[in-house]
Amino acid sequence: MRFLLAKDLRILRRSPMLVALLVIYPVVIATLIGFALSRGPDKPQVAFANLVPSSGNEIELGGKRIDVTRQAGPLFRAIDPVRVKTRAEAIRKVRDGEVLGALVIPADTTRKLQAGLEPARVEVFYNADDPVKSRFVRDTIKSQVQDANTALTKELSKVALDFLGLIGTGGEYNFLGRQFDVLGLERSEQILREARADLPRGSPARAQIDEVIRFASLARENLDLSDDVLSSVSAPLKVRQVELDGGATPLSSFAVAIAAAVSLMFITLLLAAGALALEREENAYLRLVRGLVSRTALLLEKAGLAAVCSTLVVTLMLVGMGLFVDLDWGRLPLAVAATAAGALAFAAMGLSVGALTREVRAASLLCVMASLPLTFLALVPSGSVAPALYEVVRVVSALFPFKPSLNALDVALNGGEDLGIHLLHLLALFAGFGVLTRVALNRFA
Amino acid sequence: MTGDAVLSAERLTKRYGDREALREVSLSAGRGELVAVIGPNGAGKTTLLSILAGIQQADEGSVSLGPREIGWVPQQAALYGKLTVAENLRLFARLEKADDPEAEVERMLELTGLRERADDQVSVLSGGNRQRVNIAIGLLGRQPVLLLDEPSAALDPRQRERVWEFVLSLAAGGTTVVYSTHDIAEAERHAHRVLVLADGELIFTGAPGELEDAVESETSHRGSDFEQAFVAYLKARGH
Repeated sequence: MRFLLAKDLRILRRSPMLVALLVIYPVVIATLIGFALSRGPDKPQVAFANLVPSSGNEIELGGKRIDVTRQAGPLFRAIDPVRVKTRAEAIRKVRDGEVLGALVIPADTTRKLQAGLEPARVEVFYNADDPVKSRFVRDTIKSQVQDANTALTKELSKVALDFLGLIGTGGEYNFLGRQFDVLGLERSEQILREARADLPRGSPARAQIDEVIRFASLARENLDLSDDVLSSVSAPLKVRQVELDGGATPLSSFAVAIAAAVSLMFITLLLAAGALALEREENAYLRLVRGLVSRTALLLEKAGLAAVCSTLVVTLMLVGMGLFVDLDWGRLPLAVAATAAGALAFAAMGLSVGALTREVRAASLLCVMASLPLTFLALVPSGSVAPALYEVVRVVSALFPFKPSLNALDVALNGGEDLGIHLLHLLALFAGFGVLTRVALNRFA
Repeated sequence: MTGDAVLSAERLTKRYGDREALREVSLSAGRGELVAVIGPNGAGKTTLLSILAGIQQADEGSVSLGPREIGWVPQQAALYGKLTVAENLRLFARLEKADDPEAEVERMLELTGLRERADDQVSVLSGGNRQRVNIAIGLLGRQPVLLLDEPSAALDPRQRERVWEFVLSLAAGGTTVVYSTHDIAEAERHAHRVLVLADGELIFTGAPGELEDAVESETSHRGSDFEQAFVAYLKARGH
């Protein structure tokens, strides 16, 4: 077997173009997939015209001043603002394609907020040349304006609550520089009780005062509840985030696992399928299995060659990616074990392809054609299809090595449970595809 | 030239579904004998050689030697194009578990006359030279019998002549050679004995001269083109 292994390595060494393609192609594909999954779109450039005079950025409510420009902070973190001075300039920049959208804050915004008679309106303009980007800009601005709205409502609610507190308990109130003493319901009730006590028994005024006292008491008690009511009005929906099963792998680390699994798949499949198909393309297969090498030994040699080469390449790739992505180096041995198990499963699958085809080119084509659907199938998220269909997707994915390899690499790289089960799954696939290949060789070779 | 039988096969039958590719074919070949198996396409020549080589199992019948005792040379060169002539020979010598693989490589380079091309990759060799290496690999196990499946097919006349010189030298050295061909003239010229297969049936076995006599006696083609006469002979036999 070692002579065959040496022969295959020599043939690989004399096929530098093939080896380069075998390594570079999967790495490029894996890197692109990794980028696509780990990087969100860049911040969109959005023209921002704040037409509110700088002196009018604040509104005064109940003696409190609220700076509405502070609400723009989160928005500016989500977009790349291009500040412009006029509405026309903002629209022109959108039309010229210099920016993807424009946000215009009209000059009367704070005045309308201050008056409270009608809602203040901001204007948003989109460039719809690229539907995807347009959608992204629209959603980003909408979401951020919504956040600003909520934050502003919260501020207003606070002021309203202070007012209600003043009505309930009384106190000092400053309006336009003048100080007022507000009596408040609590003190009113107290005064009324004292006044009632001074009235002679049987006085008809007592009953009237009792009525006012009851009203003051009831009003004060209900005002105590207004805190909660206003708090609910300012934020009717609150989100409590709970993480259930599935781990908490950061997207970038998960992308590394995907990149590694994709590379592993392409390299191993192509190498194993190509190596076996080459024996038949060169007509050497029958000469070999005619007593020189057993079919099983031949398959083990090819599987070993493909698995060792791909494990080596993917391990180097992981080390390389570790320089750019935060990986736990202590977990590298686990990742190598997951890679090796995945490589064996892919090698057995590749040999099945090689057993079905007589030429290296046909085997390579079949490998690529089989790999892509399997990859996409394994990445179908739950909830994106009907539950019954998702179950089918899960079963089909489990029958091929990509999903188990991805799971094993993810757990090995990022932590989690059941690495042993994933490795056993891969070894079972190695055995299953091995038997299939052996049968296929008897049938087709 | 013919001695005691080195190779013998008894009543070989092979079926593919309902079709009988080989029907009770028996043969024997002595030491140093050159036996040609001829017949039209689909006659069962390759099936017979595959069974003798142990690549296929006969449904019925037996072969006196096991696969490791018979050298086999497939019709298409079974060589690695990216390896050199010497590397191909060395690989198969090792797989054949030769006592001294390097000595075997030297012997075969000598035998094939390809010493100067030893370090050339097989992919750059001519068809004739490639076939010589192909045959040499079949001889690496030093088996007493060599099976050649259409050894000169797809070769030009010059290359064909060189291959035959090589094969004849092997037979002269005592190797029993059984080869298949659909070239009647090639069988007539080189074989000591001819086996005629048609539709899986062995319809003639004897020396080339005896085949000529049989053809002449069963057809009206006297002294005319032998290939035409052979076709008429097959027709007369219902094939």
